[in-house]
Amino acid sequence: MSLDKDTVARIARLARLKVADEELAPLAGELSGIFAWIEQLNEVDTGNVEPLSSVSDVTLPMRADKVTDGGIAAKVLANAPGGAVYIDPADKNAGGFFTVPKVME
Amino acid sequence: MAALTDLTIAQLTAALAKKETSAVEVAEAHLGKLDEHRALNAFITETPDQAREMAKASDARRATGLAGLLDGVPLAIKDLFCTEGVQTTAGSHILEGFVPPYESTVTANLWKAGAVMVGKTNLDEFAMGSSNMTSHFGGVENPWKRKGDNRKLVPGGSSGGSAAAVAAYMVPGSTGTDTGGSIRQPASFCGIVGLKPTYGRCSRWGVVAFASSLDQPGPLARTVEDSALLLQGMAGHDPKDSTSAPLPVPDFAAAARNADIKGLRIGIPKEYRVDGTSPEIVALWSQGMDMLKAAGAVPVEISLPHTKYALPAYYIVAPAECSSNLARYDGVRFGLRIPGKDLTEMYQNTRGAGFGKEVRRRILIGTYVLSAGYYDAYYKKAQQIRSLIARDFKEAFEKCDVLLTPTAPTSAFAAGEKMDDPVTMYLNDMFTIPASMAGLPGISVPAGVDKDGLPLGLQIIGRAFDEETMLRAAAALEKAASFNLRPAGY
Repeated sequence: MSLDKDTVARIARLARLKVADEELAPLAGELSGIFAWIEQLNEVDTGNVEPLSSVSDVTLPMRADKVTDGGIAAKVLANAPGGAVYIDPADKNAGGFFTVPKVME
Repeated sequence: MAALTDLTIAQLTAALAKKETSAVEVAEAHLGKLDEHRALNAFITETPDQAREMAKASDARRATGLAGLLDGVPLAIKDLFCTEGVQTTAGSHILEGFVPPYESTVTANLWKAGAVMVGKTNLDEFAMGSSNMTSHFGGVENPWKRKGDNRKLVPGGSSGGSAAAVAAYMVPGSTGTDTGGSIRQPASFCGIVGLKPTYGRCSRWGVVAFASSLDQPGPLARTVEDSALLLQGMAGHDPKDSTSAPLPVPDFAAAARNADIKGLRIGIPKEYRVDGTSPEIVALWSQGMDMLKAAGAVPVEISLPHTKYALPAYYIVAPAECSSNLARYDGVRFGLRIPGKDLTEMYQNTRGAGFGKEVRRRILIGTYVLSAGYYDAYYKKAQQIRSLIARDFKEAFEKCDVLLTPTAPTSAFAAGEKMDDPVTMYLNDMFTIPASMAGLPGISVPAGVDKDGLPLGLQIIGRAFDEETMLRAAAALEKAASFNLRPAGY
């Protein structure tokens, strides 16, 4: 499997990663090398094998559908990189918003 | 009495119980070592104020007779565990400055047991690496050096800072996390003990996620008994992690104090004899078998036919999960934000600037293998191989009780070596990844040195949730190998 520059640009866009144009070709080379090495998995016949998605034998536990915490809006918003806007600046736990660039004109 | 920083966790808690020293004295002695060996870059954040406060509180508890399992023991915490009020970076620029408003379950358990935090240790970015060279905060130096060679060596990774801090006697124990070998490989490189528990034994809640079906917290320490004591303090069912096993915590330390392995069947997987392993490690492996045999164990040759496929399958599963988990770093709720003309450009700028090269590489691999049209060929195929690997181990454990293997194919390498080709670096984890894929516990025990005087570890792999038998075998190996060297100058 060999990846070209356009494929790398496409997956970088899917992953929302800015990759400089001059890095695309070297990355395509690196990733192709890794995928070439991964190709050896095709030697294994997995026709009737069930995929294993989790090694834990535990059945996912159920719990009552009720609120178990809350009232911590100030904590939730404390690390907001663009700053937060609070409904009531005097009571930050009353709720608030993360800020993002404008998405609609 | 020996210097406080030379004592093991078992010795420290005994000395504290007998009032031969105080938690405050113990904390000061170790903080002094942090100061002395800062050049190793083992810590991203030191927390001397918290350490002093926690030590004072520990002494107060002890005075009232309420001391816990690890009361007064100074520990270093891998900077992947969220610690309330203390910056948690995951070794990444994208999380620089993030101060968690909550505490991970594992660290909360340790503080409940009385342990004292001295700082947060350096690691490969988001735990992706085997050298600690991918950290945004610079590489960590291994306290060990080759004889007659002054070049700096890597401590292994990703829990490189946690391993170096223990090997340099800055702390008697630390926490790490292991996805494909990130506790065991650095333990081997640094001449200490590193234990990856069974998947589900320790809660992942509050641990920055890399590959959720593989990630597992565990301890690093200088003795098998200490690693057992730490595991006892870390483990336990946690309703906040749905994959946390609802099992009681056994007396791991008691298991580690019982080195009786008479009649124990030790499996030797023949597929682990692979090209590229240093001949000294192959020799040490057979010495290890002889030691266990002399202690009464029975060697059994077993076969794990899909061993060679574990590594390439891992490099589909782990990046796929990583690309999903790391989608949360979008510059909106925490960490770095680099502005853009619109929301999409802000995401791209933030993630482009915030992630290092290895993390970016894995996000791209993961995004590709999960993208439309490729899912069956890669991700499903890898999960099927994972089934076969788990089955191999299940069948092997019908013939034996634990497995003995090397931990890593080489001793510590120099900073900058193996950096040209990512696959060369990935091969470091060839002996640790199969057990990770099957969710099994593994422990690396220092068992000897190579011709350059560098430590080499051997790995014991146990059955799921049978860390006790694994610890018993590890204790027997530790006793027989009697590795008692320390890095020059530490």
